[in-house]
Amino acid sequence: MGFLSRLFGSGGTKNVAKERLQLVLIHDRTDISPALMEDLRRDLIAVISNYLEIDEMHIDIDLEREDRSVALVANIPVRTVKRAYARPGRDGEMSSGE
Amino acid sequence: MTCRVIVVTSGKGGVGKTTTTANLSVALASRGYKVVAMDADIGLRNLDVVLGLENRIVYTLVDVVEGNCRLLQALVRDKRVNNLHLLPAAQTRTKDAVTPEQMRTLCDELREHFDFVLVDSPAGIEGGFRNAAVGADEALVVTTPEVSAVRDADRIIGMLEAMGKSPIRLIINRIRPYMVKRGDMLDVGDVLDILAVDLVGVVPDDDSVVTSTNRGEPLTLGGNSPASKAFENISLRLCGEDVPFLNLDNPEKEGLFGKVKKLFGL
Repeated sequence: MGFLSRLFGSGGTKNVAKERLQLVLIHDRTDISPALMEDLRRDLIAVISNYLEIDEMHIDIDLEREDRSVALVANIPVRTVKRAYARPGRDGEMSSGE
Repeated sequence: MTCRVIVVTSGKGGVGKTTTTANLSVALASRGYKVVAMDADIGLRNLDVVLGLENRIVYTLVDVVEGNCRLLQALVRDKRVNNLHLLPAAQTRTKDAVTPEQMRTLCDELREHFDFVLVDSPAGIEGGFRNAAVGADEALVVTTPEVSAVRDADRIIGMLEAMGKSPIRLIINRIRPYMVKRGDMLDVGDVLDILAVDLVGVVPDDDSVVTSTNRGEPLTLGGNSPASKAFENISLRLCGEDVPFLNLDNPEKEGLFGKVKKLFGL
């Protein structure tokens, strides 16, 4: 395997090491488990759906690393913007969008 | 000068903390600084054997803390280098034998007498590491270019940052240039990309580290091996000198096998 991969120039194992390290450190640095990410995703969808109609199938939520900080990056396609919504606790009153 | 207390740590064991502490202590003392090499690895002491001072220990760090002797009595003076002293750890006790507060007091007491205190930390992230780091201003994090060591270094850097240590600087130990060259080992740039801290030294993998430890004579006592040069350079950078990093692709070091391989274009 090692011989073949070198023959075909797919590089050494250090790139594998680097990628694996970068991935594992994202989770080490934030202590966020896959289960927590799943809950976060579900709650985000629920909240955003109150305001916008979104494409749930193509949501992309991930933690991205930069130097020693991590950012939560979410790419959420919007299908349509709801025309209006009732503000919670203010029955009958409509937002300015009406 | 005001004393600098520097903890040498890594998270993972076996990456070269003790070797680094010993060689930097010798190198700094050789430049005329008054240096204490402190072994904070209580129960698993090794700085004494790496420095070759194991037969001269009378009292230990724990004896000082418990009041069985005065601080200066416990220091083992190195007869080969002026100004170098070892503060040994106790071998028959555990990490719980001292408290963080006692370690801080100990470091502060040493500040009055010395220019540098290098604290050799135990592996791990628990009490032993915290005791070693608590009295220090600065940190040297030692890692090797392997996933396990780099991962643990990242963890320890986060903890040192949280403890307010500054600067926190990295030493990459046991780089093998021939493996880096063929793309089978993380290079210096890769490790720095991942850890995002300042680099203070790169030490090549060098057989003479093993033989010098066998004899109990740190490389920086004399000698011209690549690792020795690397540790000398780190000691200079610690003192604020701008020293270029070693060129690890030195063809003189590749040996007969390397030359034969080169001949065949391998």
